[in-house]
Amino acid sequence: MNKEHKDTKTKKFGMVIDLDLCTGCGACMVACMAENNVPFKEDESNKLDSITWMRVYKLTNGKSFPDTDICYIPRPCQHCGGIGDHGHSPCVSVCPATATDYDHETGIVSQIYTRCFGCRYCMAACPYHARYFNWWDPVWPGDMKESLSPNVSPRMRGVVEKCSFCFHRYQQAKDRAYANGRREIEENEYQTACTQACPAGAITFGDLNNPEHQVHKLVNPDPKHCGRPKNPKAFRLLERLQTNPKVYYISSREWVRRAGDNYIKNESKQIA
Amino acid sequence: MDSALIPEGVKRCPLWKFALGIIIVGVVLLWGVYAMFLCWFKGLNQTNMNDAYGFAIWIWADLAVIALGGGAFFTGFLRYIVGKDELKNIINCTIVIGFICYSSALLILAIDIGQPLRGWFIFWHANVHSMLTEVAFCLSCYFAVLTIEYLPLILENRQTDKIPFFHNLSHNLHEVMAVFAATGAFLSFFHQGSLGGVAGVLFGRPFAFREGVLIWPWTFFLFTWSAAAYGPCFSLLVTRIIEKITKKQLVKQNVIELLAKISGWMIATYIVAKIIDTWYWAAVTAPSNGFTLLDFYSGNALYGIWILVLEIVICGIVPACILITEKGRKNKLAFTTAIILGVVGVSLNRWVMVLQVMAVPVLPFESWNLYYPSWQEVATTVLPVAYGIILIMISYRYLPIFPQEKELNPIES
Repeated sequence: MNKEHKDTKTKKFGMVIDLDLCTGCGACMVACMAENNVPFKEDESNKLDSITWMRVYKLTNGKSFPDTDICYIPRPCQHCGGIGDHGHSPCVSVCPATATDYDHETGIVSQIYTRCFGCRYCMAACPYHARYFNWWDPVWPGDMKESLSPNVSPRMRGVVEKCSFCFHRYQQAKDRAYANGRREIEENEYQTACTQACPAGAITFGDLNNPEHQVHKLVNPDPKHCGRPKNPKAFRLLERLQTNPKVYYISSREWVRRAGDNYIKNESKQIA
Repeated sequence: MDSALIPEGVKRCPLWKFALGIIIVGVVLLWGVYAMFLCWFKGLNQTNMNDAYGFAIWIWADLAVIALGGGAFFTGFLRYIVGKDELKNIINCTIVIGFICYSSALLILAIDIGQPLRGWFIFWHANVHSMLTEVAFCLSCYFAVLTIEYLPLILENRQTDKIPFFHNLSHNLHEVMAVFAATGAFLSFFHQGSLGGVAGVLFGRPFAFREGVLIWPWTFFLFTWSAAAYGPCFSLLVTRIIEKITKKQLVKQNVIELLAKISGWMIATYIVAKIIDTWYWAAVTAPSNGFTLLDFYSGNALYGIWILVLEIVICGIVPACILITEKGRKNKLAFTTAIILGVVGVSLNRWVMVLQVMAVPVLPFESWNLYYPSWQEVATTVLPVAYGIILIMISYRYLPIFPQEKELNPIES
């Protein structure tokens, strides 16, 4: 670690998604694909082998009209901190070639495409299905190749990829701050593509360690319990597995909050 | 025509018959090789795997052949370390089987990875926290040990044995074989275990996850134990099949029964441990993550509670009961049934720990993922079987695999 790194505060970048605001429009998915050069197939009907770093799930409360209720859950990589929030994410700890890594400076789980040899153990380890394998070589129709983002390297066939919290934007923001003689970046200087694209403003992004950032204010993460939200309306997916994700969801509806984890029938509602 | 290569004092089928067998199995082998090259050149889109089913039939085959090949390390351990001298009459066969199983496992892994040319990254950029890293290192080292164990057998061929250097090399290798057997047992303990650990450490997958001791989940120990228990069943089954095909008794009954008895007791103790593990997992581990046992065995077309009953009761308790009793071992039908059930049982366990792990939904709003393999996956899975049959055919014909064959089948002059 060089001196510059020691001079900056440790970040814990995270995302808060307000499910009461999300309309399921899919703008976040489109923005993500365009920003990160995510490849696609001619026929995208089989969702089991198409790549969607950000995927929107549709949930219903299972009740018939007029009590039917619907909720959309956008699901990027959860950038888990793992048991004890020490950085041993489910995927990071299993990758045999250290091709996926936990950055303790930012809390972001990275994927090193040129080191991944495609064993897919990380995919087996991820309970969120947030990791995708390149079953085909990426093909960009027509002149589309010309419009690819120069800041993100396209991936080759046979490697795993996933959401990076638009890490290249963080690097660019830092570069700009350094050029201006600053060591820290402002909240609005580093925002993910999906956050900016959401027309309903359902996605908030920032540093969970920073009490001034919106994400911290929205969920009030409890550092004594690996960042579990103190806000009773906030929850994380599969909290009980102790994966300690950095993506939080907010909903005023109890059935939505309960849909974020597994419960044994008749289990105390207090757990939810 | 090839009589000069055939061991002295034993009879083999005519060359044309042998060649015909090789050609028939060879066609299947070529089919597998064709599929293998398709996967290498066109990529894993040739398979039916998908993002929900990243581990599929190959990984099952990989784990299954390694467990079945466990007869090699465990028989070596019994023969050289424990001192069960009678097992010298079957150990060559277990080594050939082990060699086939482990070379197959390495080949399968080479096909299974998305970037085969980067396979060496697992050694170069090794992540010491990953069970798969431990698997790769121990598997490669143990395969080297198996090659060293197989080598003196090859050198004992009538023609190579005539060359003084090879004769002496073979003799000297035999002298130090105990060292390699001990090394093999040590390495096997870790790679069989780490294969169990591959599933057991997945704390994001409640169906697979197990608590354990230090860094090792209970599946680590269960996998080693089950390979030592069921591996000999496969060695005995292959011996039986060779005896059936050649219409000869190749190993004395007391040797077969000794190995069967040890295997039976190993299965019996393993299955007790497995039942305790299953009970604790169902009663404590899974509920703490919000799952009941039946959540893992309902709501889909394939994985019912029957699979647990089949694995533990029918393919665990039943073969153990048969093999630990003298009456059971002496009854040919019961004995054959027991070793077949044993082979099915350990293969089923590996299936469950790979394919069912992928199938069970974890997110509450997802459903079961069921998968069927493509023909390319089937062909490449059959490939090691064909390769194994060919290697056994060649080894049996030209090498003294069964030391008691001459005594049990004297040639009338």
